[in-house]
Amino acid sequence: MKLSTLDNLLSEKERKLPCVLVTRLGDGHQVLWSEYANLSKTEFPEILADACRDALLKDKGCQFELADERYFLQVHNPPKRLLIVGAVHISQFLAPMAVMSGYGVTLIDPRGAWATQERFPGIPLDKRWPDEALADLAPDARTAIVTLTHDPKLDDPALEFALRSECFYLGALGSRKTHGKRVERLAAIGFGEADTRRIAAPVGLDIGAISPAEIAVSILAEMTLSLHGPRRKTI
Amino acid sequence: MMTENAPPFGLEEDVLKQAARWFGDGKKVAIATVVKTWGSSPRPVGSQLVVNEDSSFVGSVSGGCIEGAVVTEALDIMTSGMPKLLSFGVSDAMAWEVGLACGGEIEVFVERLEI
Repeated sequence: MKLSTLDNLLSEKERKLPCVLVTRLGDGHQVLWSEYANLSKTEFPEILADACRDALLKDKGCQFELADERYFLQVHNPPKRLLIVGAVHISQFLAPMAVMSGYGVTLIDPRGAWATQERFPGIPLDKRWPDEALADLAPDARTAIVTLTHDPKLDDPALEFALRSECFYLGALGSRKTHGKRVERLAAIGFGEADTRRIAAPVGLDIGAISPAEIAVSILAEMTLSLHGPRRKTI
Repeated sequence: MMTENAPPFGLEEDVLKQAARWFGDGKKVAIATVVKTWGSSPRPVGSQLVVNEDSSFVGSVSGGCIEGAVVTEALDIMTSGMPKLLSFGVSDAMAWEVGLACGGEIEVFVERLEI
């Protein structure tokens, strides 16, 4: 790999732009493809560009054969995101665990005493009201949203916004009873059963989690399950 | 977002940034990428391992079964400059030494970083 290719790749990633590194396996020749890359059709045939688009969509690298040459398409999508509402104790574990798992994490909490760099070293903090912050952060199909404040004043506006987004996971802290009341409030403002069923609540897989760290593990596990689905066949 | 002071967990970003950092320090560097898998391979296509001339490495291309062999090849490729496509699997002649315990097969592309 040429240093200039690596530099370009790292700079695209810094700018959160999806791109594909195409390597001709026969001799190692490489081209960095993106929608904005301005490659000539002779240098980079359209059929290869389509394969790149498809690989980005599937978020999976693959090989492609063209004119007796094998190409490897290495997908570089921007990182998946996790938007956490509530700078609570669980978040102090969930945020760094999610960073370790490759998520770009943003913590949303307008309460200044909770959302401090001291409690969340290295995690970007957004101190706006949750719905305002979410509108600006524009969650997409590669985004997970988790509400953890346990306070309807903060959680509800976030959930209302999240339910109108394409986020792949939406989890809300609270017991079944708390969630029942939450569903009633959401129904009262027009959300149907199909909407509220999207909310994972009580949040996290049932692994008997007790401590904040264990609850964070159960949430991250449930997010992973939503993203990939189960693999092992049950007998 | 990954912060600058985060430890090198071997996330995709970390691995490539480490390659650039080592190269900037004047080290020879090679990049290994899983380009194909069959069966129950431990790491998916696209997984990467970066090695420097001191045999230090970050990332992974398997569950630890073939990293040693890949590092050895990488050291050669750093010098020769010739990229190589390596295959590992149960049918491999070296299977006893560097085969995949899981019974999967993988293909790893190894290239050096160069000006």
